[in-house]
Amino acid sequence: MNITFLLNGETVELEDIDPTATLLDWLREDRGLTGTKEGCNEGDCGACTVMVSDEDGAKAVNSCIMFLPQLHGKAVRTVEGASGPDGDAHPVQKTMVDLHGSQCGFCTPGFVMSMVASHTNGATDHDTQLAGNLCRCTGYAPIIRAAEAAEAHPVPVWVKDKPVSIQSTPARLPGSSDELAKIYSENPDATLVAGATDVGLWVTKQLRDLDPVIFLNRCEDLKEITINDEEIRFGAMVDMNRMGDALADLHPSYAEMVRRYASVQVRNAATVGGNIANGSPIGDNPPALIALGATLHLRKGDARRSILLEEFFIDYGKQDRAPGEFVEAVSFPRQADRLKCYKLSKRFDQDISAVCGCFNITVTNGTVEQVRVAFGGMAGTPKRATAVEAALTGQPWTRETINAALPAFAEDYAPMTDMRASATYRLETAKAMLVRYYNEDQGKLSNVLEVSA
Amino acid sequence: MSVAKSLPHDTGPLHVAGTARYVDDIPTPKGSLHLAFGLSPIAKGKISAMDLSAVKAADGVETVITADDLPFANDVSPSIHDEPLLSDGTVHYIGQPVFLVVATSHLAARKAARLGKIDYAEEAPILTVEEALAADSRFEDGPRIYAKGDAEAAIAGAAHIVEDTFEIGGQEHFYLESQAALAVPNEGADMLVHSSTQHPTEIQHKVADALGVPMHAVRVETRRMGGGFGGKESQGNALAVACAIAARATGKACKMRYDRDDDMTITGKRHGFRISYKAGFDENGHIQGVSFLHYALCGWAQDLSLPVADRAMLHADNSYLLPNARIESHRLKTNIQSATAYRGFGGPQGIVGIERVMDHASHVMGLDPIELRRRNYYEPAHEVADPPVAQKPLGHPDPHDDLTSRGAVEMGDAPVRPVPAGGNTTPYGMEVSDCELHGMTTALLKSSDYAARKQAVDAWNAENSVIKKGIGFSPVKFGISFTLTHLNQAGALVHVYQDGSVHLNHGGTEMGQGLFQKVAQVAASRFGIPLELVKITATDTAKVPNTSATAASSGSDLNGMAVKAACDTIRDRMADYLAERHQADPTIVTFADGQVSVGEESYSFAEAAALAYQGRISLSATGFYKTPKVEWDRIKGHGRPFFYFAYGAAITEVAVDTLTGENRILRTDILHDAGASLNPALDIGQVEGAYVQGAGWLTTEELVWDGKGSLRTHAPSTYKIPACSDRPDIFNVALWDGENREDTIYRSKAVGEPPFNLGISAWLALSNAVAACGTSYPALNAPATAEEVWRGIQRVKGDT
Repeated sequence: MNITFLLNGETVELEDIDPTATLLDWLREDRGLTGTKEGCNEGDCGACTVMVSDEDGAKAVNSCIMFLPQLHGKAVRTVEGASGPDGDAHPVQKTMVDLHGSQCGFCTPGFVMSMVASHTNGATDHDTQLAGNLCRCTGYAPIIRAAEAAEAHPVPVWVKDKPVSIQSTPARLPGSSDELAKIYSENPDATLVAGATDVGLWVTKQLRDLDPVIFLNRCEDLKEITINDEEIRFGAMVDMNRMGDALADLHPSYAEMVRRYASVQVRNAATVGGNIANGSPIGDNPPALIALGATLHLRKGDARRSILLEEFFIDYGKQDRAPGEFVEAVSFPRQADRLKCYKLSKRFDQDISAVCGCFNITVTNGTVEQVRVAFGGMAGTPKRATAVEAALTGQPWTRETINAALPAFAEDYAPMTDMRASATYRLETAKAMLVRYYNEDQGKLSNVLEVSA
Repeated sequence: MSVAKSLPHDTGPLHVAGTARYVDDIPTPKGSLHLAFGLSPIAKGKISAMDLSAVKAADGVETVITADDLPFANDVSPSIHDEPLLSDGTVHYIGQPVFLVVATSHLAARKAARLGKIDYAEEAPILTVEEALAADSRFEDGPRIYAKGDAEAAIAGAAHIVEDTFEIGGQEHFYLESQAALAVPNEGADMLVHSSTQHPTEIQHKVADALGVPMHAVRVETRRMGGGFGGKESQGNALAVACAIAARATGKACKMRYDRDDDMTITGKRHGFRISYKAGFDENGHIQGVSFLHYALCGWAQDLSLPVADRAMLHADNSYLLPNARIESHRLKTNIQSATAYRGFGGPQGIVGIERVMDHASHVMGLDPIELRRRNYYEPAHEVADPPVAQKPLGHPDPHDDLTSRGAVEMGDAPVRPVPAGGNTTPYGMEVSDCELHGMTTALLKSSDYAARKQAVDAWNAENSVIKKGIGFSPVKFGISFTLTHLNQAGALVHVYQDGSVHLNHGGTEMGQGLFQKVAQVAASRFGIPLELVKITATDTAKVPNTSATAASSGSDLNGMAVKAACDTIRDRMADYLAERHQADPTIVTFADGQVSVGEESYSFAEAAALAYQGRISLSATGFYKTPKVEWDRIKGHGRPFFYFAYGAAITEVAVDTLTGENRILRTDILHDAGASLNPALDIGQVEGAYVQGAGWLTTEELVWDGKGSLRTHAPSTYKIPACSDRPDIFNVALWDGENREDTIYRSKAVGEPPFNLGISAWLALSNAVAACGTSYPALNAPATAEEVWRGIQRVKGDT
């Protein structure tokens, strides 16, 4: 496979690359650019953060779980390219030094690149922007001071990368869903790579050989978001940051859950289609989408079919997807917002849910009219709480009704104990989430993130 | 003077540019090889058959090494030689290195390392306190006991008694740079080792023993680590020795770095503890006596567990004068990773024990928790005469023992000698004469507006049923010195070149704490020159020998003094020479503002250096320092293990969602004692970082092993250190305006470990918030994850 991209302003053309070689390994081992660090090799610590620019703008991404083919036609900027061609430091580099933002310095290049990206984009929600960068030395306070101090400085011209023009594109990088449908039909054993935030770990941790692989990131039509009076539809390749933005006004609780979904770097790569297709019982999108009554749109060759999303998840590790079939989009009806998403994890930011509960309860004249409740982390698949729904439907919207419905959780779920939570805690907090939904509906302060000293 | 200035970290500009070099960034010679360990998948058993043919046949594999291939020491232990580099036929934990793959790339080595076919005769592992006690599986022959007065009688006669048992989890270091080493074979039998280590001399010693060469044949260089926190005091031994063995076997440079999951699976962590306590208080809240039972989960090898568990005992008093105390410590041998040094070195576990007692007692007695603590502080600082320091008799040490390790075995022959009751002494008989906490607490209560905020928290809790708030206070008194007395020494090597530039080297290592900058500030101050003239160079066993680990917060105390001594030697030679030339008294020669002045005559420092060179004056000197006044007998539990104490205090406010136990820190105020700080900015950086790391240990950082002894939290996806938004919303950190009462480098105090303990205030704040949900005592275990907080809420409500 031959690819072309821009690296710190210079065009790089690579021939016969290993399609699952990571950008990080290539930078460090082949290119000798050792400023970008390997901290965890799974996209959790951010030490490997680089900035990738394309038509959509500049994004921070984790280079440790980004395969080289995903960069075709894009522009990459590493910490070595954060300072200008004449050696001028980037404003965030200056403030990081002056305000003591580095101690051991190993996480620093990743922080610098996350900060370069957010500075370029004018983002000042630093806690969110830097949730994907772990630092063990500083306690973060001086880093945030540095990020704030850099806000006032203009964006240096040298970091404003434009995507590189390309002559040709390898067949494994289809440019549309039609091309994808064709090549995947011909290679039904291939591994589909959307954002590689999960598949990347198959390579870096499980050390699997994935070839053949097909990369979906150039399928522009799969990145479409459609919002009309009837429905909201996300193409499978809509990344999680775009998804969060699109949901901000429609379903703000979902958008807030997306804000806590992994990190900026992961959300810039991760896609809604990938999160559904991998069938994880702890993916955060499926319970929210199921609660919204979502439909999944699948395609194989020219054949398309649509199923209710909850029907896609058959069992742990088993989905209703035929060889050669791929997720094209997910859609759900346009509706008044009654959705609340509760993500419970050991750490608020960038953690996998122990329990993710999503509630969509419509109340008319004091009576529960319609209920859709779905959970992640409570079963081998994302799963609807049908017994709870039945216990609520048609009942008066009161605390008594809530209390009466709580025992139904044990009918719906028999969760497991693992390193994230015990079975008891999972079951009891799932119930607590219904109480929280009710409390919030009554205007009672319920969100610990909204409290200040 | 450069000291006391808030200068940035010396390599800050290189950090942000990505040009600061770590071991894995060092350009390697052509043909360099890469290593990976094959790991045991079972926790206890014997190898019955080993087939490594698939490993050897894998792509890129050059050779595979097993224990049988090691001609000399198969040992990477820093203490009692119980830790083979590669399994000697028995395995003791899941993750133990069994064989070593040498391959052409890091990835090829990792892939091949998974192809070993090994049969094991599996045995039931020992994983819990109960299992270890039942099997009498322990290090040392029995528990250590330190005692003062008669705790049992004092408790029995007390008005209020509190008693409980609770768990304290361990902690993964999660240094951002995983362990790494690079060995480059030099001519003859010589070996150059680059190691990400806090203890280059230990690496040199282990490598020399493994290669069967004298220490002079091994040179270890450490420029910097990407974080250490104690995790690189002994845990780098295996990689460095593996690289050296492989380099010797292949004649090529060999590099090894652990993938993060391997690092977390293989290496030791902070010791988990179970602590049982019983304490008695009088009507006024004065503690009468306390008895602690410490159970330290040490893992499979001894490593540094004895001094770690000792230090937990030595901090069982924290800041409180205990008239009667008994501390009994069991060091349990279990089939998990061998627990090791981690910032605080057992001290934090000991401190959590007594803070739990204070929290419990204040709840039972209905006394304000801060007031209760203040009533029990040691007496305020006062002058005391230093007792004479006992000299230990000389013996015949084995030069092949790990003499520079904190794990060096130091056994006495006398049983525990109880300290007399009363007096302003610790449970190990040390007079506390430098307690700053009375003034610091008053100042912190004022600066944090504690009284009003405490009222506001109570008012909030009266109005809100779902979200409860809590506020917690914890002080710290932390002992500074290596408890193995002979480690309290350091060396330095300083060259002044003819152009007046200074080359600085010492035995300390840089892991981010800013040690090099502090020490350079000392050198610049001694010579009266700008900091830019001082070049800080990598730690190198060929320049300064026989170094102690950069550990126990001792880096600047020891090395700063050694550098000062070296600089002063050169300075005195220059002064003598210039004075002689000017027929003046050497005492009138001054070094300041880049000038060397002799009466009216003034030279730039460069001119003075050039003159001295021409005058055939040696411009190179070593410096040496040993800490005075310390002596300690760990078997008797008696003496002065610490030169002085560092103090601090913190107040943390939290909010808790009582439905789920989710919680967060809203505000933290800290006042910390760094003496006369060498660099206030770096010291505040240490305090901020230590607090967040300490709070992480007691909240979100949970190590989970399954029933087979497999660590389930072996990556950042499952092990959650604090992220950016977990730091306190409001975070006020200030240094106490004081100076060390002992004669340390510019009267500063050590700052690495003490503030870690301030994170305990977050755990206490959670306890306070949970207590607002009912009437019983929350009895939180650590870490207080959201789930543990939720369990605490059920307890206080009486639901369980």
